[in-house]
Amino acid sequence: MDTTTSSTTTTTNSQGNGSTDARRWKEMSKPEVGDWRIKGGLAQMLKGGVIMDVVTADQAKVAEDAGAVAVMALERVPSDIRRDGGVARMSDPDLITGIIDAVSIPVMAKARIGHFVEAQILEALGVDYCDESEVLTPADAEYHIDKWQYKMPYVCGARNLGEALRRIGEGAAMIRTKGEAGTGDIVHAVTHARQILGDIRRLQNLPTEQLMSEARDFQAPYELVVEVHRTGKLPVVNFAAGGIATPADAALMMQIGVEGVFVGSGIFKSSDPPKMADAIVRATTHYNDPDMLAEISHGLGDAMPGIEASKIAESEQLQTRGW
Amino acid sequence: MVNTRTSDSGAPVQPNIGVLALQGDFAEHIHMLDLIGINAVEVRKVQQLSEIDGLIIPGGESTTIVKLLTRFGFIDQLHARVESGMALWGTCAGMIVIARELADAYPTPLNLLDIGVARNYFGRQVDSFEAELDIEGIAGDPVRAVFIRAPVVKDVGDGVKKIATLDNGQAVAVKKDRVMATSFHPELTTDTRLHGLFAQLAREAALEEPTESLNLTRSQALPRSTEEISSTV
Repeated sequence: MDTTTSSTTTTTNSQGNGSTDARRWKEMSKPEVGDWRIKGGLAQMLKGGVIMDVVTADQAKVAEDAGAVAVMALERVPSDIRRDGGVARMSDPDLITGIIDAVSIPVMAKARIGHFVEAQILEALGVDYCDESEVLTPADAEYHIDKWQYKMPYVCGARNLGEALRRIGEGAAMIRTKGEAGTGDIVHAVTHARQILGDIRRLQNLPTEQLMSEARDFQAPYELVVEVHRTGKLPVVNFAAGGIATPADAALMMQIGVEGVFVGSGIFKSSDPPKMADAIVRATTHYNDPDMLAEISHGLGDAMPGIEASKIAESEQLQTRGW
Repeated sequence: MVNTRTSDSGAPVQPNIGVLALQGDFAEHIHMLDLIGINAVEVRKVQQLSEIDGLIIPGGESTTIVKLLTRFGFIDQLHARVESGMALWGTCAGMIVIARELADAYPTPLNLLDIGVARNYFGRQVDSFEAELDIEGIAGDPVRAVFIRAPVVKDVGDGVKKIATLDNGQAVAVKKDRVMATSFHPELTTDTRLHGLFAQLAREAALEEPTESLNLTRSQALPRSTEEISSTV
């Protein structure tokens, strides 16, 4: 897809931070300037696919054999992070390189929000995509990583359009819903996907003179608000994450309108991980075919044990991390 | 859709093109075909192969696409359709999928084109790049080629022509009869010339071996001329 901005939009001299971001996005996202198309392009290749959390090289092989389009290398899956508490950090480089060596599909890894040195290390390790993730304990209570500074592309979580556009303004080349990681409860992923897609649909129908005020209210770069108004979609690929535990969950998110799914604890906390992984991959391809989904959903054993997300105190929620 | 293309005999020859939609950037290919006036279909079921003159296997994850093709029973029918003249184009992952053999053991490719391919030849994502390419059969300016964790063609069998190579001599686009493969992603740009080239191959396939269902579609569903449209409206 052509990711350059419309030539009908103009950039004015910036006063505030918002328009600095906007101008930067406009400049950096030009194919001949940055490597935006290459960063976002990898996410395009992941569409219609399933990205699986893995904690060992063996699990990474299981994921690859099941047809995962990428793996997320972690020390603990989110449900264990939630159970164990404490500070969750970037994974051990040994673990990450072990997984990189074990599989031929892209390997993603998480850095803490704002921890640009963890990100530098991940890039040096050859990680294909960095998730600046709320699942880890934030390192900066105010700022995210300046993602334009890296050749390694980034995926970031979002709960609404403003948050998504702020991350894209910072250089994220892929967006995912936050959901509520480690619960196996899909409700927040649904809420966030509906919120983002609903925000986009509303923005698309507004007259242009309202867009600056919308940018103010969304706390999002004006240039990106104009872009979404013009195209009716995010300028990057949009996946679902946080609470997907069954093939039906994956298909639900795809039918709502995301372009692929992340499955965290849902695979390796189920009773038969290879079978569950295979079923979620097939369900993500045939998300719109109930007969196929019925066949796929047979005999999978137990899904991960879940936690009802509404029973989690707000202070314990992961999705509220990120600014 | 109004069909305005005609063959020498005057019959409409808008080719039916499908884009394999099991996984990957199939939507971008469909958009590119739309830009050149072709209403392409997403192919998710093996039965659809008998209804198309050309199939694009898009960029994506080759291990995933091979697994899903196998799992959903596409392999035999794909071989049969290519042997009977269907046009086929693999981009990036698609090139890997249709190769004869790979430098690494995984996945097992389908052997629809006699080429040996090395996956992730240039390295990891941080080594992805863009380059200007002269491609045989594409007139005018060089093509801006986007290489993302891209493969290259290491060897070619009889009759397979290298139609583009990088400065270092690595072949990145090949063609034999109506089967093409490219290491890069024309669908991520706005340059439709390679899609035009593929549409021409699919058109040849449509003219040579129109299937029963296609004859039906063409003669009954599509008006033959603007006069016919105005007379039926």
